[in-house]
Amino acid sequence: MSLNYVKFTPGFDTFMPKEYRDMVEHGPFGKKTTVSQMGSFKEILEEHPMCAGCAMTLFIRLAIIAFPNPEDTITVGTAGCGRLAISQAAIPFVYGNYGDQNGVASGLSRGLRIRFGDKHKDVVVMAGDGGTADIGFQQVLHSWFRKERFTTIMLDNEVYGNTGGQESGMTTRGAVLKMAPLGKKFEKMDMVAMAKIAGCAYIATVVPNNPRRVESCIKKAVLIAREVGPTYIQAYTSCNIEYAIPTDQVMEDAKTVEDDRYKFAEYVSEDAKAYLAERYGYKEFIQKPVAAVATA
Amino acid sequence: MDSTAIIGTTNTKGQVITDPRVMMNDAPRTPSFFTGSEVIKEAVRRANVDVMVAYPITPQSEAAALCGELFAEGYIGDYFRGESEFAVMSQCAGAAFGGARVFTTTAGPGTMRAMENFPMWAGSRLPIQCIVTCRGINSPLSIQPDTIEIAYLMNTGMLVWHAETAQDFYDWILKGYMVSEEPDVHLPLALCCDGFFVTHTKDVVDLTPVDMCLPPYDPYRSPVPCMDMECPPVRMMRDPFVMKSNYISYATHASWQQEVWAAAERSRKHTIAWLNGLIETEDVDADILIVSSGTAVSQGREAIRLLADEGIRVGLVKIKTLRPWPEEELLEATKHASHIIVPEFNVIGWLAKEIKATIPNSKRVVAGPRVCGGMTLPPEVIVEEVKKAIGIRSGVLAGRGG
Repeated sequence: MSLNYVKFTPGFDTFMPKEYRDMVEHGPFGKKTTVSQMGSFKEILEEHPMCAGCAMTLFIRLAIIAFPNPEDTITVGTAGCGRLAISQAAIPFVYGNYGDQNGVASGLSRGLRIRFGDKHKDVVVMAGDGGTADIGFQQVLHSWFRKERFTTIMLDNEVYGNTGGQESGMTTRGAVLKMAPLGKKFEKMDMVAMAKIAGCAYIATVVPNNPRRVESCIKKAVLIAREVGPTYIQAYTSCNIEYAIPTDQVMEDAKTVEDDRYKFAEYVSEDAKAYLAERYGYKEFIQKPVAAVATA
Repeated sequence: MDSTAIIGTTNTKGQVITDPRVMMNDAPRTPSFFTGSEVIKEAVRRANVDVMVAYPITPQSEAAALCGELFAEGYIGDYFRGESEFAVMSQCAGAAFGGARVFTTTAGPGTMRAMENFPMWAGSRLPIQCIVTCRGINSPLSIQPDTIEIAYLMNTGMLVWHAETAQDFYDWILKGYMVSEEPDVHLPLALCCDGFFVTHTKDVVDLTPVDMCLPPYDPYRSPVPCMDMECPPVRMMRDPFVMKSNYISYATHASWQQEVWAAAERSRKHTIAWLNGLIETEDVDADILIVSSGTAVSQGREAIRLLADEGIRVGLVKIKTLRPWPEEELLEATKHASHIIVPEFNVIGWLAKEIKATIPNSKRVVAGPRVCGGMTLPPEVIVEEVKKAIGIRSGVLAGRGG
């Protein structure tokens, strides 16, 4: 986007809604905002209809703040709670059909590359565990195998929250939920392993109670997807309603789950490391010079 | 962007971007002997397509693969094989959301698998062109010609055209983009033909010059924002209507659905100009008419010739567009007819139902003959139906029942 758009037409500034004025004067477009500045700038996602205490909403806010170029970012999603918040953000959100977000993102990413050439347009998918691992499974895996260059983020609340609490493939074994009246009969799907097998260039598992880590992961994932390959972030974003987590214990729950099945893990392919180092100056990935081999 | 400024410039393949009216109406034509699938390729070569997504299903596989050759030659910006028709249509949607001109092809069970996408395309105002080479829908499994899938497409909000010949197909692929990309239309087009009969037979088709192509798609002529983040940032939604059970959410959805169908109606004037009318007629003063679409029209022409040999005068109405539906045109064309014979390649007779719902005194409509599951429709069967309608006894055709 030309940042000239994020300016007032001369003479119109006083007539613009406060919402828009705030976005122009205090928004993040064209600036480098960070999660530690939350509360001091106008966020791209602000008002939303999510439940009180929703960890998913916090994660989505953090993720959007972390977008390296929000002024050139398009989000894609599908049915689920997350969509209700993401669709109210001040950047475009594409909703296609149930579970086809990675197909839509494949086409979108390719279409934008044809139109804009080397100018990066970041495509970020944010969909739930049902959308990603169940109904969207085929399109998710195929987009990875095809090495489509966009980021997929799973908002994993381990349940179909939006439709009222049904078991999903990402539900843990034994959990009693709607449509699993005797408890879930099989293990939580290992989507991280599948992302690895399918060739994702960057994979991370995170929980929302470490904002800087979330920010770091999202940034890397979006940057790597520009040129290297598909990237995948799986975030635990609890549903405090369906799992009856008291609102004031949502962060404690995230910590417990982090210790149990959501330990922070990050995989960065060698190509991705080199790309981050060379293109974006990531010091931790700059290759140390190989010691000179002594000649015989 | 001033879309006239690029006329006369060349694209990356050296084709001259030509005023579409000049290209389609005035430019010299070269007669060429091609299969329908090859004709699809030749039309797409001249259509300045940005993205095509392909998937194998008979009888469109050949056309979809031939477009891959176009990509390899550099005539299409991007091309790949999706993993199912549902995925393909979603991928097409994504590319169109991003402002690309998109082309794809499907058939039969593929059309049905993709179906969730078609109303979404229309509702999202994506001017994607989808070639539908109609075939039977399971079960039992059939890959043979059958047009039943058109009955479903007609209720999606897409424009639906039904080509009779490879020449129709060639011209309509190119003209289709011109109609569906108009700002007051901006809808997807299902360009249908009868599989095998059109795709796998050779015919002489007059092609436009290979060094001319359509102007590229301009996504900023869309009535809805292009999802490329080149527009001013706005919150596109407050309180997603999907979650609200109140009048304003119902009214929002209702008015948008009405607008989609109104847009299809607004395509009428553009389509009439490009296709020279939504229907084509011959001798509609006759007491008996054959009214049909697709290759059933060709069989109808043969039947008319056979009947003329016996001194029976029969007129013809070829329906070119099913959406928009040529209501006024049909009322006018059928006003003298006492018997309206509607031959079709499907079991339910969707075209006869539409016609019956349109014209007064629908008892005039004979909903047949109908064949399905891949059966051919010999002109003699239509002749027999005409004779039956006017009370002439004739011998029962062997093997086709009474």
